[in-house]
Amino acid sequence: MKHKNILIGILLIALYLAVYAAIGTGLIAPYYQVNLYLMGINIIAAVSLNLIVGFTGQLALGHAGFMAVGAYVSAVLTLKLGQPFLPAILAGAVCAFVIGIIIGLPTLRLTGDYLAIATLGFGEIIRGLLVNIDYVGGAAGINGIPKLTNWTWLYLFTLLTVFSIKNFVNSTHGRACIAIRDNELAAETMGINTTYYKVLAFSIGAFFAGIAGALYAHYFFLIQPATFSFMKSFDALVMVVFGGLGSITGSIIAAMAVTFMNAALINFGSLRMIIYALLLVIIMVFRPQGLMGTKEFTLKHLFRVKEGGSS
Amino acid sequence: MLRVENIDVYYGAIHALKDFSLEVEEGEIVTLIGANGAGKSTSLKTISGLIRPKNGIITFNGHNITQTPAQEIVRMGLSQVPEGRRIFANLSVLENLEMGAYLRQDKRGIKQTLEKVFDRFPRLRERIHQQAGTLSGGEQQMLAIGRALMSQPKLLLLDEPSMGLAPILVKEIFSIIKEINEAGTTILLVEQNANMALSVAHRAYVLETGRIVSSGAAKELAESEQIKKAYLGG
Repeated sequence: MKHKNILIGILLIALYLAVYAAIGTGLIAPYYQVNLYLMGINIIAAVSLNLIVGFTGQLALGHAGFMAVGAYVSAVLTLKLGQPFLPAILAGAVCAFVIGIIIGLPTLRLTGDYLAIATLGFGEIIRGLLVNIDYVGGAAGINGIPKLTNWTWLYLFTLLTVFSIKNFVNSTHGRACIAIRDNELAAETMGINTTYYKVLAFSIGAFFAGIAGALYAHYFFLIQPATFSFMKSFDALVMVVFGGLGSITGSIIAAMAVTFMNAALINFGSLRMIIYALLLVIIMVFRPQGLMGTKEFTLKHLFRVKEGGSS
Repeated sequence: MLRVENIDVYYGAIHALKDFSLEVEEGEIVTLIGANGAGKSTSLKTISGLIRPKNGIITFNGHNITQTPAQEIVRMGLSQVPEGRRIFANLSVLENLEMGAYLRQDKRGIKQTLEKVFDRFPRLRERIHQQAGTLSGGEQQMLAIGRALMSQPKLLLLDEPSMGLAPILVKEIFSIIKEINEAGTTILLVEQNANMALSVAHRAYVLETGRIVSSGAAKELAESEQIKKAYLGG
């Protein structure tokens, strides 16, 4: 167990240094760098959404709304109020967390389709509000946000997200969430406070979505309400379903794959969306449970494949 | 131990329980029988705090629990086995049982209770790491009962434990219910299978469209002509 942790630690540091060096020496061209950053941001968004949809079983479609909150709050803090980056990110995340609680308390009493529609509405409300607030530029958005997101910040926050959510899921709290997903009534008869855990999972997911939004704002230096439309929530949901509801590593792999697919298909012009959609359909037909199902990808898998080829 | 006094429960405009009263004394098996839609499950859900009555009082061991949150009621020693088994299909047998002890902090005590549950249901021990959703119907029912026992309830509410089980399994489940009661747990049993329920219970209530229509010693009810005709197919 200990060896395994050390090995994972070494691998993670090696990955960080390798990419760091590759960016520094120009080995990764600027176009691919953009996608690398998007990958990190998408991983944060997908893993945090998986906590809500995959582990707690609450179909929420307002993730982009929380990303918008994180993006706007952090951008206002750094650009307009001259605050440092780290507190700005955290402030964005905390705001998203608090709004998560406020939105979650009434809406999480709903289930299934109703919850999906209510959270979808919430995402659109955030967008509508932003369009109408002149202080944050209305529909034109905020321009000229300092480009503070670098590889180190991105990597650190991606790791923080993945490990926080992994630990949460493996704790008693996480068990309670999984029990709610499997059977809400039974969970309630076990003495689990279902409202509390649904709101908790929802707002923790919102917290990390806020981080993803803040990192996004400080990399692309321009944010507009339209950036955080329903499509962005939908993208995150696609990654979660594609990777497997209830698999963190699945979400990571799917976030990387979807980002890569989007980048690789860019040369196909208008055909891109069609091919992208087609690929998703094919994958869902052949693997309806998602790439990983509810399982996690572990080092064991990797070695088994390397050693024997067959398992 | 449990006293339900004149409660009325509504689902929107539907009056599901009408002036419903019931009493369970310590050490008893009390059964609530009635046809489909009579309000049997509703009464259990109301007692365990999942639904709130419009009026009336529910007291458990002298405490008024009418408005107590469900998780607090479990903490007080009242545990429900919900209808249709409702196990956590994606968790293992062991994890399901651990969820049953969710509100307990004493690790050693939990382990002891776990051993007791495994002694009572040896088949669950054999399948300890199996995914619960892959168990047979009877095993799932045993798991659901075992899971409820993990919280060491003083009063166990059972909602249709015989539902969808083969007759031989129904017999087994009922003899287990009797054993659990003899080991000191009071039981309130809701059943459609009136024959079986009356054979293990001490006392019984008959529920008809939300209203208690008769009650008394289980043996006497089993003999009554009216009950025989309506529920026992006699």
